[in-house]
Amino acid sequence: MYTMDFIRGEYRSGVVWLSAFCGLLLLLTGCGGSLPNTDQGVRDQILLLGNGAEPKSLDPHIATGVTENKIISALTEGLVAHHPSDDNAVEPGVAERWEHNEDYSVWTFFLNPRARWSNGDTVTAHDFVFSFQRMLSPALAAEYGQMLFIMKNAQEFHSGTVSDFADVGAKALDDHTLQLTLVGPTPFFLSMLMHYSWFPVHPPTIEQHGGMTDRDGRWTLPGNHVGNGPFMLAEWRPNQFIKVVPNPYYWDRDVVRLNAIYYMVISDANTERRMFDSGRLHVTNTLPSNDINWFRNNRPEVLRISPYLGTYFYRFNVTRAPLNDVRVRQALSKAIDRELLVEAVVQGGQQPAFGYVPPGFNDYETPHLVEFNPEEARRLLAEAGFPNGRGFPRKTILFNTLEDHRKIAEAIAAMWREHLNIQVDMENKEWKVYLDAQTNLQYDIARAGWIGDYMDPITFLEMWTTGNGNNNTGWSNADYDRIIAEAFRSHSPETHFGKLLEAETILLTEMPITPLYWYNNIRLIDPRVRGWYNKLLDNRPWKHVYLAD
Amino acid sequence: MFKFIAKRLLQSVLVLFVIITVTFFMVRFAPGDPFSAERNMQEHIRERLMAHYGLDQPLHIQYFRYLGNLAQGDLGPSFVQTTRSVNQIIAATFPVSLELGAWALLIALGLGIPAGIIASVYRNTALDYVPMSAAMIGICLPTFVLGPSLALIFGVWLDWFNVSGWFEARDRVLPALTIGMVYAAVIARITRGGMLEVLSQDYIRTAQSKGVPFRRILFVHTLKGGLLPVVSYMGPALAGIISGSFVVETIFQIPGLGTEFVRSAFNRDYTLVLGTVIVYATLITTANLLVDVVQVILNPRLKFED
Repeated sequence: MYTMDFIRGEYRSGVVWLSAFCGLLLLLTGCGGSLPNTDQGVRDQILLLGNGAEPKSLDPHIATGVTENKIISALTEGLVAHHPSDDNAVEPGVAERWEHNEDYSVWTFFLNPRARWSNGDTVTAHDFVFSFQRMLSPALAAEYGQMLFIMKNAQEFHSGTVSDFADVGAKALDDHTLQLTLVGPTPFFLSMLMHYSWFPVHPPTIEQHGGMTDRDGRWTLPGNHVGNGPFMLAEWRPNQFIKVVPNPYYWDRDVVRLNAIYYMVISDANTERRMFDSGRLHVTNTLPSNDINWFRNNRPEVLRISPYLGTYFYRFNVTRAPLNDVRVRQALSKAIDRELLVEAVVQGGQQPAFGYVPPGFNDYETPHLVEFNPEEARRLLAEAGFPNGRGFPRKTILFNTLEDHRKIAEAIAAMWREHLNIQVDMENKEWKVYLDAQTNLQYDIARAGWIGDYMDPITFLEMWTTGNGNNNTGWSNADYDRIIAEAFRSHSPETHFGKLLEAETILLTEMPITPLYWYNNIRLIDPRVRGWYNKLLDNRPWKHVYLAD
Repeated sequence: MFKFIAKRLLQSVLVLFVIITVTFFMVRFAPGDPFSAERNMQEHIRERLMAHYGLDQPLHIQYFRYLGNLAQGDLGPSFVQTTRSVNQIIAATFPVSLELGAWALLIALGLGIPAGIIASVYRNTALDYVPMSAAMIGICLPTFVLGPSLALIFGVWLDWFNVSGWFEARDRVLPALTIGMVYAAVIARITRGGMLEVLSQDYIRTAQSKGVPFRRILFVHTLKGGLLPVVSYMGPALAGIISGSFVVETIFQIPGLGTEFVRSAFNRDYTLVLGTVIVYATLITTANLLVDVVQVILNPRLKFED
């Protein structure tokens, strides 16, 4: 055997090189400073929040996602604001009060004269008019521009048939009075108005960085950004975090107790859980479904499950036989045991859907038209020409690649096999391929989900009208289209909700979709976070959140 | 040698051009586009966006326009991260991946080579079996198991390191270990094999019989030849370490290029896909060229061939 002796003499140059390499690396490793942990956060009123993926834009007129919305709602404030706990209530925002005419078609907002932008400028009615014009400018190509079509001549301005914005129903009567004239009676206008597509932008800032129709959003970068919300942008480190601090000019500054919010970018739910476990996050954005039961049994005090305004459902492609037969769709729907599905497969405490529009609206309750009734299902299938499933062609359930969706599809396939004696296949596709297949009706049955935009059931029901870009089932019903149009123009809340109930009844009788369950928000939350209430849309007025031991 | 390098550089440019062309058209043939989402946008908005980014032009025009911009060093805007250009994204993320890769490489070589040498010298003893078995486990352990395990043990339980992030100097340790360990394992086995091969050569035996101290035999006569297989492995290893950091970057939430690379493909962010592919392709061809040069320098039997 040899004996070993270690590096000396002639080998020293290697050691020198290695040290140089390490030195260089250490130089590269600039000290980025460390982030506070949750204890320091509580002491200093710094909220550490898991916020999912990197936000795509902080421009309220460009952004479309939930991730972006959470940050934008801290940086910007609309005419009216969300109540900290009550989903159906409306709080004053920039407008301190408002009134409407008898048929809800003309609304006047009286702006708080103390409302300020984060650079100290006064927030005026003209700023809102500018913002609405920007949102409706065809060149900006704002995805949520259609939210504003409820204003008179807005759609016409957007499509170019009206060229002068003065003809659109948005007038600044004076610096602090804004009058909005709508296309017709809209009793639910305030709930729409809370959506960020109606948020103002600071005109001089926009003009300074690319102009009104510039989509690139350089104005949203730290140093450029000017907003009117309770917080202002302090730092944006891509793929790491966005930090906001209180806006000193905010009209309700005294209410704001947090000294900072870190919106942490965390793309992996397991990483997020580990960060929570190691005291790096006060609130997570989500929780891996496998972990729910562990927390339920071991740390229930940090687990927060609350209803979310969304529906998980399956689309039927009604252009393909035999799914073009309503009896077949009904049979498939009635053969799904949703209670069992949620309890045994989904396991997040969700509510099995007995209708389509989720519960939680003050004046609207979805009709009980979705049920588990295997006998009736078999009868309907036989009536449609497939007694005991005989001759039923093999159909495929399409879903986007995700373990949770697969489990659900497998469970439903098993239920159909058991109750209807039919076989279905399963197919997962990568997200964009799956979307493409749905849009082009290249599927039989497809998994889908829908989250409401605002607190009115119409945000769920409008999409099933003929030719709507989100219909994607091939289903079309003239009565349904007419009733939805009437619901938009109702003179009173009662007729509005009455029409919607009528529409949803048609939808659930015709069944181009079958609802499965209503979503929950499932997250971990440090018990020291205060003022955090369960919200159906998860829209949080950040000024009311604080930390306490 | 310079002729050799010049020729290889020229080849690299050609390879790069082919890669850009193939990637450009392949991403376009994938279903969906940067603007498809669960909530469909209205047709006229989509048309505006397509026109805004020049995606409404015929594909070959877009291709030549892209090449023209590329020649001026402009990789275009990101279709998804609207506030940043592809140049900005790469400038921000590439150094991070590079640094992570460098630490990982240091760990891979720093652990792998000594372990391999010791194992070869003490062949068929515990000093051979133990590190080699550990290496076998290391090779079999995928990063998506090793990473979360390290984070759990050293981050959550022991609280020595942050479980994720890229802020402090110590934040480099766990991710670099996660990537580095796998390569250290491979390098250890390759080193051992290379060393054993050389140790059994006649000239080593001659040197021994002449009474040359073993230290000198090992470090002067054996190491140079014994490490040749490691050097040839460095090309693919470098490529793997730098471009394969996606999983680790996700586990530890590191703002690197790997994350952008994979996410851009999912988002159909065409320009960012191309930008990242160009960076990786350049890096990999350069690494291979370097490896070839080093190999010739280490092995006198090889020559720079024209």
